[in-house]
Amino acid sequence: MSELVLDLEFIVGHYNYWMFVILMMTGLYVTVSRGNLVKKIVGLNIFQTSVFMLYISMGKIIGGTAPILIDDPDAVYSNPLPHVLILTAIVVGIATTALGLALVVRIRETYGTIEEDELLVLEHEMEFAEAVQGGGSR
Amino acid sequence: MLAMIEANLPALQVVLPLIAAPLCAMLGTGRRAWAFATLVSFVAFAIAISLFIATMGGTIISYEMGGWAPPIGIEYRVDTLNAFVLVIVSGMAALVLPYARRIVDYEIPAERQVLFYTAFLLCLTGLLGVTITGDAFNVFVFLEISSLSTYALIASGAWRNKRALTASYNYLIMGTIGATFFVIGIGMLYMITGTLNMADLGEKIAAHGDSRTLRTGFVFILIGIGLKLAMFPLHLWLPNAYTFAPSAVTAFVAATATKVAVYVLLRFMFTIFGFDYAFQAATLENVVLPLAIVAMFAASLVAIFQDDLKRMLAYSSIAQIGYILLGLAFLTHTGLTASIVHLFNHAVTKGALFMVAGCFIYATGSSSITSLRGIGRDMPWTTAAFVISGFSLIGLPLTVGFISKWYLVQAAIELGWWPVALLIMGSSLLAIVYIWRVVEQAYLQPAPEGAVRREAPLSMLVPTWILVGLSVWFGVSATMTVGAASRAATSLISSSQIMWQ
Repeated sequence: MSELVLDLEFIVGHYNYWMFVILMMTGLYVTVSRGNLVKKIVGLNIFQTSVFMLYISMGKIIGGTAPILIDDPDAVYSNPLPHVLILTAIVVGIATTALGLALVVRIRETYGTIEEDELLVLEHEMEFAEAVQGGGSR
Repeated sequence: MLAMIEANLPALQVVLPLIAAPLCAMLGTGRRAWAFATLVSFVAFAIAISLFIATMGGTIISYEMGGWAPPIGIEYRVDTLNAFVLVIVSGMAALVLPYARRIVDYEIPAERQVLFYTAFLLCLTGLLGVTITGDAFNVFVFLEISSLSTYALIASGAWRNKRALTASYNYLIMGTIGATFFVIGIGMLYMITGTLNMADLGEKIAAHGDSRTLRTGFVFILIGIGLKLAMFPLHLWLPNAYTFAPSAVTAFVAATATKVAVYVLLRFMFTIFGFDYAFQAATLENVVLPLAIVAMFAASLVAIFQDDLKRMLAYSSIAQIGYILLGLAFLTHTGLTASIVHLFNHAVTKGALFMVAGCFIYATGSSSITSLRGIGRDMPWTTAAFVISGFSLIGLPLTVGFISKWYLVQAAIELGWWPVALLIMGSSLLAIVYIWRVVEQAYLQPAPEGAVRREAPLSMLVPTWILVGLSVWFGVSATMTVGAASRAATSLISSSQIMWQ
């Protein structure tokens, strides 16, 4: 019985990390499984956001306040470094999303679709046409 | 003034192309942007050479960014290994940019060329930054700077073939997954140690001992970097990206991006995790070694059946990365030397081959192998460059490819792994087949009637032949490259904490 309680404490105490794992796997799954290029980007976003949560969670110190210097000498501060790292990672994430979406727009303009399976069919046709052309001039 | 510049060389190496990039965007015309970018790449190359000379004796240059002392501040740390990689990266940029002018005129519309060169400089910044920094999180930031600009550069191949867009998109998805895995790994390390400075990480991890978090972090970093360097089953983004990117981009990225990723892997494995970390040794021997051997054969086999020259060379790159990882997986000094020297040798060889592919595209408008029929008579210099670099790819004596294979085989024999040594030689036979296919088309087939193909312009031929010359020069007298690689391997091994049992 006591073991069960301990396990529960472990599970509840690591709430943030469970959420990190769930979000990470959700994001990765969406990125891999969806055929729609925009949905893939959304999946990628969820995946990246989960990492932000991992970093922020490890910077938290129980009982610690926000890392802003106050007059109390006994004050316990949370670790500010992970927050700063994540600010950088957020910028990287935004740049990636923007570039990815810009590419999706261009793909939509040139191919007329953003569904991966339709794109594959179109590209196979292009490849086949090139092969016939190359063979024709032989 | 000079002394001040000298003291700040490590920072200038990265800051110069970084500041040059937005300036380049404001220059207005493609011609001016090209001249400016070329000038910057020459200066960056000069800086890299002077850093290389300064570290040759084994001194480690530690530069405190903004005057903040490590491990709290960001440290730029130059030793023999990363000075060597800096020379490769900036040297390739200084050769590819002069080459780029004509082929970029041909492949990219005039109004977009300014942005093209801007992205090129940003990519150079990222690659140099990854190499020079001594801070684990900084590696991620620079890795993303170089990757994001590479995605844009690859997508700019869309004016020639619209499939560059999907190639770039797929690379973006996989590259970002890789980078995110890498950050998770760094997060795990930070959890254990509370530091991000590489040397400090190494010490603290060795003192901390093995744990599940450390192992998880190691695996995340291995997979993340594996995606970036196209380790065999994680290589799916590479063939299309190399095939559809503009020729100058392919030549630069193929010669540098994967090499820099290999450098990051070496740095993490040895400086941070330690040379004799048991879990790492087991992973290398049981996972990386078989995958490297499979890559050598599978990718070479696939290369044989390609109809497109650039795609064929891309698959051959995956096989060559197999050789580099193989040398790493031996976990010996000779193996590491072979890996590091192959970084340089493969950069020279593959850079030359992709430049030749660009010359062919410039002359014929196509990169398919069948369009090269009889081209040996119309473009003798370009084709001869292909043949010599092809020899190097196969590993014939008197070329750099031979030097790499020689040390690889030697490392395998030292360990008594005869089958591996035989496999290295066996996989070279496959390279003969795919190089021969092109040579046969170029020299033995009659040219199609009415084909007008002129020799590539001098501005493209000269950089190509400089690389070809290097691959012969360092194939004949390999003392300099092998000496540098051997010193780099020694510094890697000595930088790792030998506290593991």
